[in-house]
Amino acid sequence: MIIMDLKEIIKPENLIYTKTKNMTDNPLSYCPGCGHGTAHRLIMEVVEEMGITEDTIGIAPVGCSVLAYEFMNIDMTQAAHGRAPAVAAGIKRVWPEKFVFTYQGDGDLAAIGGNETLHACNRGDNIVIIFVNNAIYGMTGGQMAPTTLEGMKTSTSPYGRDIHSMGSPLKMTELIAMLPGTYYVTRQAVHTPNAVRKAKRAIRKAFEVQRDKKGLAFVEIVSNCNSGWKMTPNDANDWMVEHMFPYFPPGDIKVNGKLKI
Amino acid sequence: MGEVKLMKGNEAIAEAAIRAGCDAYFGYPITPQSEIIEYLMLEKPEERTGMVVLQAESEIAAINMVYGAAGAGKKVMTSSSSPGISLKQEGISYIAGAELPAVIVNVVRGGPGLGTIQPSQADYFQATKGGGHGDYRMLVLAPASVQEMADFVDLAFELAFKYRNPVMILSDGVIGQMMEKVVLPEQKPRLTNEEVIEKYGDWATVGKPETRERNIITSLELDPHRQEDHNKKLQAKYRKMEEEEVRYELINADDADYIIVAYGSSARIAQKAMDLAREKGLKVGLLRLITLFPFPKKLISELADRVKGFLAVEMSAGQMIEDVKLAVNGKTKAEHFGRYGGVVHSPEEIVEALEEKLIN
Amino acid sequence: MLEIDNIKKEKMAKVKGAIVVDIEKCKGCDVCVPTCPTDVIALSDKINSKGYNYLVMVNPEACIACKNCAIVCPDGVISVYRVKIDDK
Repeated sequence: MIIMDLKEIIKPENLIYTKTKNMTDNPLSYCPGCGHGTAHRLIMEVVEEMGITEDTIGIAPVGCSVLAYEFMNIDMTQAAHGRAPAVAAGIKRVWPEKFVFTYQGDGDLAAIGGNETLHACNRGDNIVIIFVNNAIYGMTGGQMAPTTLEGMKTSTSPYGRDIHSMGSPLKMTELIAMLPGTYYVTRQAVHTPNAVRKAKRAIRKAFEVQRDKKGLAFVEIVSNCNSGWKMTPNDANDWMVEHMFPYFPPGDIKVNGKLKI
Repeated sequence: MGEVKLMKGNEAIAEAAIRAGCDAYFGYPITPQSEIIEYLMLEKPEERTGMVVLQAESEIAAINMVYGAAGAGKKVMTSSSSPGISLKQEGISYIAGAELPAVIVNVVRGGPGLGTIQPSQADYFQATKGGGHGDYRMLVLAPASVQEMADFVDLAFELAFKYRNPVMILSDGVIGQMMEKVVLPEQKPRLTNEEVIEKYGDWATVGKPETRERNIITSLELDPHRQEDHNKKLQAKYRKMEEEEVRYELINADDADYIIVAYGSSARIAQKAMDLAREKGLKVGLLRLITLFPFPKKLISELADRVKGFLAVEMSAGQMIEDVKLAVNGKTKAEHFGRYGGVVHSPEEIVEALEEKLIN
Repeated sequence: MLEIDNIKKEKMAKVKGAIVVDIEKCKGCDVCVPTCPTDVIALSDKINSKGYNYLVMVNPEACIACKNCAIVCPDGVISVYRVKIDDK
């Protein structure tokens, strides 16, 4: 093995990867190990690589990522809980050439915002929806979400989610894939380098759908919530693979307007 | 003189919106104002000026579409009637907190709850005192004719952009549904994208160029001291509105012993009541409110120094009367009269009430 | 893990890599450590001003600039440098 002096390697001309300048320098307010940070960064990398930074407008939700506009270095609007797809539709209708995306959590998209999600997808608004699904309400302290799994304990399902009184976990992504307005619907993850590479390609594809005016592109990112689930980040990712993936399996659900499931 | 047409109040608002250079209308059907979106859909303003018209999935979605598009610097509006306006309250609070220009039309019907489809003026509190949460105000215009329905759209947009604040046009089922002659305003061209960027690019989400920091539209502030400062800034704005934007019409007040205070269709009926009272030898004047916020506090206070009483006539159980009483501040009588729940009062009833409550 | 072994075989002789960590922004979440194919990185015993055990290279000579750690990092604190070596 050749040993090289670090000073020889760490030179500006040898830099092959660093955080995109489409992320601000603000330290992220997310818990250590949370998938939100990775998801933010991938979107911002795609926007930078496509050269559309100056034409992209993002919509931040209510939830842990309400402060997304502190971290994404683009023009952004903060939306009322659940309303991001309507806010995005409003912006896209008056600025049809801009790239508009929403970034939403599971409560935002599938509980209070269910109707706005449904109708933006039904209209086929030419936007990108990024859906970070960690099966819990993180920001407000770990309450049950529409995607909380059966038997999963949260602060409002302390004995485990009971299907009989609380309903089943909602597969919002599969639901909206049924609508003709959605063109590309996929489920990804960001817990391993391989998953990250796939997720980034999916996000890139989603923005290309918008560029090509094909319809709505929807990217679900299944993520850990180590604080809400009360585990370490790595344990939470392992738990996610073991418990969430069987119910929310990563993969393409609809490509080029055709269902894959 | 501009184009003259016989139109319904609701239709006049829609036509005036196109002519005001409105960029988009987002709405939802509800009686008695569905004609606004129906007219717009029929007119196809996208072909006339490029104006977007979209029927949203709910009043909530519509106000949030307005919030997004207004935050992007565009001239946008929505309309609804009382129960739908209740749904919009969160969105309106967000628009006020984020300081965005937007126009919201409320064609008031009887309430509370699903209520009736007949006219009412029982949304005065909701319009002028908040309705949504937090310390904010909307500038509120009250048209009393189909002509004013048309004229107030451009005025509302001017004021909305002047103050970066939501402006409400508070109409009622009478004015919305009645037909009158209107002189239509001239077509104002819509701003081009470049013009929007030039005028509002310092705050609106138009896409961040390298040359500036990102624009953020938000009403969230986690630091309470900064939030207090933000609220102080909003309050200063509302004080300025109170100084500069009070609008009213004062009729026969110079020698008046009694003044009827009214707005919208009540004011038209009250004007007839004033005439009837004068025939009876009663010296009655009419203060027709055009802005409900800001309220003509100073004027009423001055009038209170010399008149024997005010009668607030409104189709409600008594909302605007409270602002009259505040302004009168005990100096003289201030009473309320109104039919409500969707019933419209008659001029004779008003005269009778005036005699009973102020004179006897 | 097949993916990691392949990377090892491909890169070990041809590339020299190094990472630079933004120590103050690292939250010691530990998600990156198992992704390194050549066991370069670990969490330090030392802490930054926020109290997190930040990431360090404990085996810098083994770094092949695969970028695994950098791309999985939720806080984007890792920059990756690479030098190509000529084979003899």
